[in-house]
Amino acid sequence: MKGLPPVLITAFVLVAGFALCAVQFPNIASTRVVGNLLTDNAFLGIVATGMTFVIISGGIDLSVGSVIGFTTVFVALAIERWGMPPLVAFAAILALSAGFGAAMGAIIHVFDLPPFIVTLAGMFLARGASFLLSTESVPITAPVYSTVSDFALRMPGGGRLTAVAIIMLVIVIGGALLLQLTRFGTNVYALGGSRQTASLMGVAVGKMTIKIYMLSGLLAGIAGIVFSFYTSAGYSLSAVGVELDSIAAVVIGGTLLTGGQGSVIGTFLGVLIQGMIQTYINFDGTLSSWWTKIATGVLLFAFIVLQQGLVALARRPAAKRAGAAT
Amino acid sequence: MTALLPRRGLAQILALIVILAVDRVVSPQFFDLRLQDGRLFGSLIDVLNRGTPVALLSLGMVLVIATRGIDLSVGAIMAISGAIAASLADSHGLPVVLAAALGAGLVCGLWNGFLVAVLGMQPIVATLILMVAGRGIAQLITEGRIVTFSSPGLVWLGNGAILGIPMPVAIALGMLILTGAVVRGSALGLLIEATGGNARASELAGVGTRAMILAVYVWCGVCAALAGVIAAADIMGADANNAGLWLELDAILAVVIGGTSLFGGRFSLILAVLGALIIQTMNTGILLSGYPPEFNLLVKAVVVLAVLLLQSPKLSGFAGIAARLRRTKA
Repeated sequence: MKGLPPVLITAFVLVAGFALCAVQFPNIASTRVVGNLLTDNAFLGIVATGMTFVIISGGIDLSVGSVIGFTTVFVALAIERWGMPPLVAFAAILALSAGFGAAMGAIIHVFDLPPFIVTLAGMFLARGASFLLSTESVPITAPVYSTVSDFALRMPGGGRLTAVAIIMLVIVIGGALLLQLTRFGTNVYALGGSRQTASLMGVAVGKMTIKIYMLSGLLAGIAGIVFSFYTSAGYSLSAVGVELDSIAAVVIGGTLLTGGQGSVIGTFLGVLIQGMIQTYINFDGTLSSWWTKIATGVLLFAFIVLQQGLVALARRPAAKRAGAAT
Repeated sequence: MTALLPRRGLAQILALIVILAVDRVVSPQFFDLRLQDGRLFGSLIDVLNRGTPVALLSLGMVLVIATRGIDLSVGAIMAISGAIAASLADSHGLPVVLAAALGAGLVCGLWNGFLVAVLGMQPIVATLILMVAGRGIAQLITEGRIVTFSSPGLVWLGNGAILGIPMPVAIALGMLILTGAVVRGSALGLLIEATGGNARASELAGVGTRAMILAVYVWCGVCAALAGVIAAADIMGADANNAGLWLELDAILAVVIGGTSLFGGRFSLILAVLGALIIQTMNTGILLSGYPPEFNLLVKAVVVLAVLLLQSPKLSGFAGIAARLRRTKA
């Protein structure tokens, strides 16, 4: 329950922001816009779900954007050039990206290195590998792609809930359940609270670290496949900087960057807030798209300061109690 | 001088020599130098020239990392200062342009330092804010365009030469000597290392750790701003989108290659700059060899991993155990 207040604030920011947008542009409050918002940010939602696990466990994963880029190129080449059936290509890339994440987790644990720099190396490696595969954009013409792109559930009001949006929602809900209801999720929180304490309480720290980064890699792979559905192409420069967007979404969603607190639902709301800012700027038409970055930066700052304040508040009574005891 | 020349550093010098030798094999004219219009030309000069921005960034970054921090925003600061310099260049004199651009870097550094030292944020998080927002700010300054200029003073900073040495290299050299003199000529370096080694213990021992942390972020911001001005002067324009893009990672890499531990507590300015030169020599070598430049990223990834594994506390633990075993056997 401790992670609840920041999420409530995130939800409030989202609702208030959406209301403000809707007052100015009544058309925003339609299922069409909401449907597009979900579709446009589907890959970000998926990858941010994985990032949430990593950050709650006290780590960080900078490689996800590059893994998405690699996935799109790999899938496009596998289907178009190497003649793999799409499902086989998907299975192969998911195994590859999960293995990549697991390898980074293993290096972080075994050699006791900062996750920041290990995943930075992973970021170079994955981006470099995707450049090696192909430097140009490879269009995907497989029939599965048009089927998936055309598939959508009609919402009342004319909005379309597309296949990629459904995949994202399923993963967000699945991620939330995994984090809140399973032993795995509890262990993630324990690791972020204190690695040493978790280890003393019997959590297999090494295995958990590997599994968490494997999950992040796997979700980055899925996000890459979704991205390739979204653009119907594979391009080695796609999703540059997505790692920052997803970290921002996680922080705005109320997850503590030092680990130990947070939620997948908050992250989802954080993704929606970023999407909402983008939508507002599109509707306005006169604002330059760079305001998205500045607004995200301001929100990041506000939420981090808020968290610092909350953490300080949470510590103060404990310190007082300790003072009274001695 | 002994303080500037590190005891360790043999590995980095050897690495540079090996890479230079490989470059010589790849391109036989690699060491050719010629003097033309009062300026030296050749692949070696090119390496120095192209390596300048990362070398400048690594000068600031190494101090930040020595305090156990990290600054992700240097690329964005480069974009901001480049944008300011380019927008003012044709309407104002060089001193005003430089003061405005470097002042912007100083303000950015103060902001980062304030977040880390006063609000107590994690350095990665604190500097992430400016990394995300900074490029947007730079875009606002240039109004989303690529701003070009023709002010001879600023262009000279990027393309001129002094005593045959290209200006960027001379500036970087000057900054290295200045930083070295200030940091190693006084107790400042020691205090910075103490802050990174154990901030609380240093605080109790009377070190003004907050002031130290604030100072290193400010210096890092100024170095980044200077790198941004040089990068803009080099291409006679400011591209807020791409100026300094991903250079923060190269700067961190240069510092790590230079043997400065990411866990703080010790640093070497010269080796960090050497690290920047190693990266640039590799880049130039790959370009000259005719391999696609995309190989750069792969090579970098492998180098980062190799250096990390060498630095790993676990591995040095193994080495320590091995040494102890050998001793007991003897």
